[in-house]
Amino acid sequence: MKNILKIDRIEKYYGNKSSLTKAIDNISFDVNEGEFVSIMGASGSGKTTLLNCISTIDKVTSGNIYVDGQDITKLRGNALNKFRREKLGFIFQDFNLLDTLTAYENIALALSIQNYPVKKLDEEVRKVAKELDIEDVLNKYPYQMSGGQKQRVASARAVITNPTLVLADEPTGALDSKSAKMLLEKFQFLNREILATILMVTHDSFTASYSSRVIFIKDGKIFNEIFRGTDSRKVFFNKIIDVVTLLGGDGSDVI
Amino acid sequence: MLFKISFKNIKKSVKDYAIYFFTLIVGVAIFYVFNSIEKQTVMLNITSDQREIIKIIVDMLSYVSVFVSFILGFLIIYASRFLIKRRNKEFGIYLLLGMGKRKISTILFIETLLIGLISLAVGLGVGVFASQFMSIFIANTFEADMSSFAFVFSSDACIKTIMYFGIMYLIVMVFNIFIIGKCKLIDLMQAGRKSERIRMKNPIVCIIVFIIAVFMLLRAYYMVTDGIGKIIRNPDNLLVAIILGAVATFLIFWSVSGLLLKMAMAVKKVYYNGLNSFMIRQISSKVNTTVFSMTIICLMLFITICVLSVSTSIKKSLEDRIEKYCKADIEISSGFYDYDETLDDLKFNGENNVFHLYEQAGYDVKSYFDEYVEYYTYNVYSLSDDNEEDIAEVITLSDYNKAAGLMGNSPIELKEDEYVILATNGVHVSRYNKLLSKNHVLEINHYSLTPKYDKCVDGVIALSDGPGVGITAYIVPDIILKGCEPTRDTVIANYAAKTKKEKREIEDKIRDMDVEYGYMTSKIEAYDANVGIGTMFIFLGSYLGVVFLISGAAILALKELSESTDNIERYAVLRKIGADEAMIHHSLFGQIGIFFALPLVLAVIHSIVGIKFSMMVVSMFVRKEELISGILATSGIIVAIYGGYFLLTYLCSKQIIKSRV
Repeated sequence: MKNILKIDRIEKYYGNKSSLTKAIDNISFDVNEGEFVSIMGASGSGKTTLLNCISTIDKVTSGNIYVDGQDITKLRGNALNKFRREKLGFIFQDFNLLDTLTAYENIALALSIQNYPVKKLDEEVRKVAKELDIEDVLNKYPYQMSGGQKQRVASARAVITNPTLVLADEPTGALDSKSAKMLLEKFQFLNREILATILMVTHDSFTASYSSRVIFIKDGKIFNEIFRGTDSRKVFFNKIIDVVTLLGGDGSDVI
Repeated sequence: MLFKISFKNIKKSVKDYAIYFFTLIVGVAIFYVFNSIEKQTVMLNITSDQREIIKIIVDMLSYVSVFVSFILGFLIIYASRFLIKRRNKEFGIYLLLGMGKRKISTILFIETLLIGLISLAVGLGVGVFASQFMSIFIANTFEADMSSFAFVFSSDACIKTIMYFGIMYLIVMVFNIFIIGKCKLIDLMQAGRKSERIRMKNPIVCIIVFIIAVFMLLRAYYMVTDGIGKIIRNPDNLLVAIILGAVATFLIFWSVSGLLLKMAMAVKKVYYNGLNSFMIRQISSKVNTTVFSMTIICLMLFITICVLSVSTSIKKSLEDRIEKYCKADIEISSGFYDYDETLDDLKFNGENNVFHLYEQAGYDVKSYFDEYVEYYTYNVYSLSDDNEEDIAEVITLSDYNKAAGLMGNSPIELKEDEYVILATNGVHVSRYNKLLSKNHVLEINHYSLTPKYDKCVDGVIALSDGPGVGITAYIVPDIILKGCEPTRDTVIANYAAKTKKEKREIEDKIRDMDVEYGYMTSKIEAYDANVGIGTMFIFLGSYLGVVFLISGAAILALKELSESTDNIERYAVLRKIGADEAMIHHSLFGQIGIFFALPLVLAVIHSIVGIKFSMMVVSMFVRKEELISGILATSGIIVAIYGGYFLLTYLCSKQIIKSRV
């Protein structure tokens, strides 16, 4: 399996000498092509900071992050934007769709930013829309869609560019359970059928149970890591719950 | 506490609304400057004629001030609506925390008061300072003595400014209270939530409306350019044309805002290129929600362009004409006839020659002259074959060349059967050019003359024919007029003086001479009158023009900046999905550029017709060629002010959406 993401002893500090906060404290792990990895942890554990560092929205204090063999901590300015639009796909908790554009245009925008040939654009958009079952909302505006639909549009936008890595930050956070389930099934589909490599941050065990591997973070350090292997989702879910219980000491972060 | 909230709010918004504050300050300053002119000129050592002219200018400006205050009032109310809208959420929180609407109104009241006081104070300060330059400018144009320069503060203008703006702010306060009283908590709370409703207009309706609007506009254009005569006979037509034009402008913006998007979307190659889809959507939604203000701005720009270009042209033209047609210091003439009597009654005798008249009265007028030329002119029946009457005089070739020699004009040569028409007045020139191009034969004294040129010669035989009016004259070979009785004796002369001051002294002496029937015109007189008219036009033009320009541009800038909060999020999304800074700036530039350009483009189209119409009205002052300088000057002013606002808006927006990482 090809190595997609290699995180090498990264640290992220906030504050100054007198009050130093270690948001990320020496984390290393790899993600291979075609994996669907969840990162779990309580609020303030550093999981979102980790995602921000990988997505180049934030910068690490020390250590290196390699995507496709390229050290992204060395990138600056427009090289960063280029990296982001060509290698990464983003899915956010609050969808981050442009409210002035229709679903179709929102998806197409990811391609047109890359100066994708207009002739093939329509075909691509329709293909991904079919995969994510949003063909009937393509001409609607974000305010006319449900949360689940919005998130699937955002997912379509994230994967249409065939990114090396799809980053999802609490994608089910703003969804009801039915929509969340549907979305996660689509994630699974994308992961298995078009071999999208997905790295998802969540605090929800149910959401995490759809992935193939879960990395637990506590106080900026890796606490545990479990693989699904051949387990059914239900078995995997129970395993996750066990770790979460161990992790939190109390069940406050578990549904 | 309420005061503290108000004060902090202003401090917070100063950065975002710098353009609005700036506009208010400029508005107040301009208002003060143009209303303090009377006081500025009291100190100046100018003639009573000049003072009379200034009085007229001051009266005109005070009428215009009322109009200007309406425009500025509109701007302030519009702006305050923006300011409230932007803070809906904040007010929602106040209400939710249990603050009464009355208290919120008080907060707004204090804010308006503070903004008013600050802008008034700063504006007046700037105005008082700027008005000193105004005195220098006026003194220069009227060639007044500036030795008595003193710092002038016009308390009248100051009180007037405070009163006018005070009333405006008072209206805004009432307006604010009204708005706050009307709003509901749920709307306020949800205002912050992004839920932009995109209303798509039916493209077919848009096309139909667009076509109707274009026809209305063409009809309006036709009505005002169809000939000045028709409008004078039926002034209501002008009003109808203006209303038609205004409604058409509104409809064009309404339909274009719907069509713009559809058209852009049809060209997929452009629409799905880079951030174009986002940019075009942004523009379309912005234009959609500002159709009415766009119309107002477009019309204001239109008036600005017309007023500025025509007024600067008039000033330039008047100045040029003095240079061109007033080449001698003085002209004295005495007519041998009364215009009311028929030509047959004319009697010519040496008794009523100019110099004879002065001698009879006991004055030696010649002694004041360095050089002079005396000549006769004649009136002959039925000079032109069209029915329109004209005041044309005939002069012999040798007399014309004598006069031309004194005035430094090049002499004319004629064959025995040729004639030349001299004309300066635009209306006359076009009328006679028509005659000449048809090779019109002139019948005088049983001679038949043919035109030497197929166009009028640009020139005059005396000063009185100079600026503005321009009496037309025929130049004919000497032999033609043999035996005719002259109708007028004219003397043109240069004073035996070098400096302007000496010349004025001589002129005053000649003016004091009590001579009957002598009619005099002088370069100085013409200059004073023209300076007055020119200055009046330039004052009116720049007063209205600048106020319109800054108000219009400020509204556009406010609209753009008030959406900055929404835009921060939108541009953050674009950055997250990998848009370059260059792409984002490009998109922002295009967006604001098109938003600013739309009303300007339509205004320029209107102006082509508007200037054409103005030209018909002021054709006696300005000729087409002279308009170019005015249009150039206007373009310069618009580029500087409107372009400046555009650039400022772009830079501010860029600052606002700047990446926070």
